[in-house]
Amino acid sequence: MSARAILVVGGGISGITAAVEAAEAGRQVVLIEKSPFLGGRVTRTHLYFPKLCPPACGLEINYKRIRNNPAITVLTQAELESLAGTPGSYQATVKIAPRFVTSACTACGACAEACPAERPDDFNYGLKKTKAAYIPAANAFPPLYAIDRPACPNGCRACVDACRYGAIDLDQPVERRTFDVAAVIAATGWAPYDAAKIDNLGFGRHPNVVTNVIMERMAARDGPTGGRILRPSDGRPPRSVVFVQCAGSRDDNHLPYCSAVCCAASLKQATYVRTECPEADVSIFYIDIRAGGRLEDFYARVAADDCIKLIKGKVAKVEAAEDGDLLVTAEDALQGRKRSHRASLVVLATGIVPQSGGLPAGFVRDEFQFLPGAGGRAGLYSAGCVRRPEEVMASVQDATGAALEAIQDVVRGAVHG
Amino acid sequence: MDKKIGVYICGGCGIAESIDAAKLAALARKECKAQAATVHPFLCGGEGLETIRKDLAAGAVNTLVVAACSPRVKTEAFDFGARTVVERVNLREHVAWSHAPNDEDTRVLAEDYLRMGVARARKSEAPVPASDQISRDVLVVGGGAAGLTAALETAEAGYGVVLVEKQATLGGFAATLKQRFPTQPPYAEPLADGVRELADRALYHPRIRVLTSAGVESVQGQPGMFDATIRTEAGTTNVRAGAIVEATGWKPYDATRLTRLGYGASPDVVTNVELEKMAAEGRLARPSDGKPAEDVVFIQCAGSRDPEHLSYCSSVCCMATLKQAGYVRRQNPNARVYVVYRDIRTPGQCEAFYRKVQEDPLNFFVKGEVEAVGANGDGKLSVTLKNTLLGESVALMADLVVLATGMSPNSADGEAIRALEDAQTRAVKGQTEAQRAEASRKADELKRHAGTQILNLAYRQGPDLPALANGFPDSHFVCFPYETRRTGIYAAGAVRSPMDIAHAEEDARGAALKAIQSIELASRGRAVHPRAGDESFPAFFLQRCTQCKRCTEECPFGALDEDEKGTPRPNIYRCRRCGICMGACPERIISFANYSVDMIATMVKAIEVPEEDEEKPRVVAFICENDAYPALDIAGFHRLQYDPGVRVIPLRCLGSLNIVWIADALSRGIDGVMLIGCKYGDDYQCHFVKGSELANRRMENVKETLQRLQLEPERIQVTQLAINEYGKLPELLNGFMELVREIGPNPYKGF
Repeated sequence: MSARAILVVGGGISGITAAVEAAEAGRQVVLIEKSPFLGGRVTRTHLYFPKLCPPACGLEINYKRIRNNPAITVLTQAELESLAGTPGSYQATVKIAPRFVTSACTACGACAEACPAERPDDFNYGLKKTKAAYIPAANAFPPLYAIDRPACPNGCRACVDACRYGAIDLDQPVERRTFDVAAVIAATGWAPYDAAKIDNLGFGRHPNVVTNVIMERMAARDGPTGGRILRPSDGRPPRSVVFVQCAGSRDDNHLPYCSAVCCAASLKQATYVRTECPEADVSIFYIDIRAGGRLEDFYARVAADDCIKLIKGKVAKVEAAEDGDLLVTAEDALQGRKRSHRASLVVLATGIVPQSGGLPAGFVRDEFQFLPGAGGRAGLYSAGCVRRPEEVMASVQDATGAALEAIQDVVRGAVHG
Repeated sequence: MDKKIGVYICGGCGIAESIDAAKLAALARKECKAQAATVHPFLCGGEGLETIRKDLAAGAVNTLVVAACSPRVKTEAFDFGARTVVERVNLREHVAWSHAPNDEDTRVLAEDYLRMGVARARKSEAPVPASDQISRDVLVVGGGAAGLTAALETAEAGYGVVLVEKQATLGGFAATLKQRFPTQPPYAEPLADGVRELADRALYHPRIRVLTSAGVESVQGQPGMFDATIRTEAGTTNVRAGAIVEATGWKPYDATRLTRLGYGASPDVVTNVELEKMAAEGRLARPSDGKPAEDVVFIQCAGSRDPEHLSYCSSVCCMATLKQAGYVRRQNPNARVYVVYRDIRTPGQCEAFYRKVQEDPLNFFVKGEVEAVGANGDGKLSVTLKNTLLGESVALMADLVVLATGMSPNSADGEAIRALEDAQTRAVKGQTEAQRAEASRKADELKRHAGTQILNLAYRQGPDLPALANGFPDSHFVCFPYETRRTGIYAAGAVRSPMDIAHAEEDARGAALKAIQSIELASRGRAVHPRAGDESFPAFFLQRCTQCKRCTEECPFGALDEDEKGTPRPNIYRCRRCGICMGACPERIISFANYSVDMIATMVKAIEVPEEDEEKPRVVAFICENDAYPALDIAGFHRLQYDPGVRVIPLRCLGSLNIVWIADALSRGIDGVMLIGCKYGDDYQCHFVKGSELANRRMENVKETLQRLQLEPERIQVTQLAINEYGKLPELLNGFMELVREIGPNPYKGF
């Protein structure tokens, strides 16, 4: 019998990696992603720590690997609806929601130009709007537009009329496909913790309190501000920026675990501020700075900047001050007193929430809803931030390892099946 | 096979609105002598592709020039099988979307790009992949947690393994542990080490051959056909392997250097490794008098996060101390544990263990820095702290002080060893006294690398993996953590980065996959990352080689060895197909079937250079196809406009740039040459490690030549550009055109 494929659920950096690594080892792979585009959280990240290099660089290579490899089937707007069968011999039913744009699309942009409707731009965390016919970024993969049907005016066919290539099909149905797979890798990633739940930190009440993921979009050159770090309230560059570490993490009322990446992310974002707003000073309030391994050198480099202050202490509250500024009250653990700090922009280092819902039975979750990867049903693996909170490099490592575990199931299936 | 060129021009996506596609087709037929030239309004659609397929099937054409969008899109549509050469001319992103429509300069730009595309297609052949007998076994060096995992996971995937361990028994450091700290739910209690079970499985696995008390004497060859000589107690044995995993682990940082922390002055100052041993042997007590330890002070970051010792964080010591605090407390319910720390680093779910340990009221966490550890006179030790949370100095009394020492890799830096050998040779054979003295100084500086060999690779560029900072043979890439600089050889576990057992096991699984993958790709004659799947490889016309050794020295992947005379001996399975050797070669004797010095030179020569009085300067930009080229596409996507005087030629890597192209361009009257590559330096982004840096270095030499020719060196500009810096491109290109206009026309025009 022919060897079965490997199903990878989630098209962020972990899923992409698992898929291309398995395919380049000579295996068939089906990669499904629930949104219309691959890339997940990393496409929305301006730069990686510690090298301060753009994620688009590695994604470009990875997309090229996918394009050049016929062993990978990429399905977007696709979810794993059910998984039947037994370990090593599963039947995966994938539900594919309509994109309303076919592969005939050339990404020329005529549809978006003609489109009269707008939608909040989720790629930019709602910081701006796009047309209902949209592509989130110039390097989006697949390079096809998508149409957000709920955002379309009734009966509107402007995009259909504008497309010279017949690439728009507003009647596209939901599709279901079934694949014989030997193993499933869940690489469903993470979502930022909902900062509005952290009542004392003022997110959602004060416009100049933002989260670290929003900060990434503000710094990105293709983001809503064209890479300029500006206060949402008045569009002015901030004079002083406060980073609040463990905003929700290491906190029994929110996320009891440490989200592992926020320390290095804030150190990195401090460099964004220093590059983009050289006049601004930066304060980082922390419990412990967790920059393990090689990241220590990066930490030391950032900490050496006189305009970046690291203050050990947990932030108690963030309140409004005059001119859109904010008053950050923190306990300064080293000085042993409370201190208030005025900031023109506050960045909450919100943590990682695993996206382990919606997976079929057989995946085992820990008390925090991560999929730690042990004790589950055979042939079901996890990789990346759904496994544990971790940085990109570690995600790629365990995605590569997960590819091997899945290949073992393919090999066993070929021998025994 | 005679080339029959078919040119297919797409009019879609605004191309037909920008240029006269029919006229371009006429030029293709007349001037470029294409056998067929067709314009289609929607070439990537079914009908357009059918036109191409029909021409191919009829034998009217056999080589395609598709003048449409960027090769980064519609790849599948314009793929007509591995045997059909398809040259993509980017009329959309690089012409129609970024230049004024129906403009004379835009028309000329499109014509030049078409000429260049046809010129390249004429020279390009579909590569024929190499085919050799490839070994499907993996050699794993190191039998600790990482090595055992790599061996077992490889074997479970159906490949054979030879596992080499220097000790008499398997298990490595993990086997010496009493327990390991928790990394699985519920993350609250330490676990059994687990490594003994791995060792047993490896010993009895039918596809794993275990060699203990063994070392690697030498490794010859290349991926798919490494020939290793293994020294064992019974003599030497020869092993053929397709790939290698180096999992040689770590050693504790040398505590004798930590006299400041009292090590050596009192037997009651021990390292965490020594404490682990005491706990494993069930004699956790004060070494000086065997009495139980009532007050135990753990000093974190002992030697780590310290520029005088290890600048990095050793990652595992916080969790190790939390675990060991439990040993102390379980042994003696009255004992008090003090943990002196800078930051407690228990990332992710490990936080749960930290909380659990904090719940014990006799565990005290003290943030501060250790000033001194000394005897207190009453048989106790005194640990003085500064910068504590109380803001004052604090002294802790201790029966036992435990230094949480960090991890040093058991690695060898192949390049450093080679540099040492070179320096030692020069110190004796140098031509002048000064040269010999300089070489001796250099040899002295590198002497710590003497005798550190692990893999003993017979590579011209050194006997082991090159190391990054701090001696770790780690990858430099965030997104590609297995990007080693020696193809088919992957480091795994604590040798490549400080990590705990769980991470080492995961890492080993990843490295094993990469080893298997390199075998699979080699067996199909294909390159590994970053040009995965590329079937081309460099061919050397050695009759004309002058033994200048530039190729063997510059290859970032150590793919080329040398014979005694210095003639390169290629090892194509080590090759990453970047073409850096091709760029380095002054004799231009290195080429690929679909990428050669001649091919690019022909493209340069295909550019029409206007007469001086037309006042239309021309610039050729050689750009990296991995980052600068996509950046230019993205600029086009955003409809950013720039000067139409620039002709772009993508290169596999800027390091493959051969300076003869510059000479060709300038001697034909091209007014300026731009080189746009990836960032280099400590945080380099070049996918081929040194490509853009090497190109830059070559330009320094070219500029001297220019001055001799009385050409302004400013006519050549080298720029580093990241993919997300597309917004800078218009300014960059326009700025250079402006500069070229200021300098004035190239005097060699018309020659």
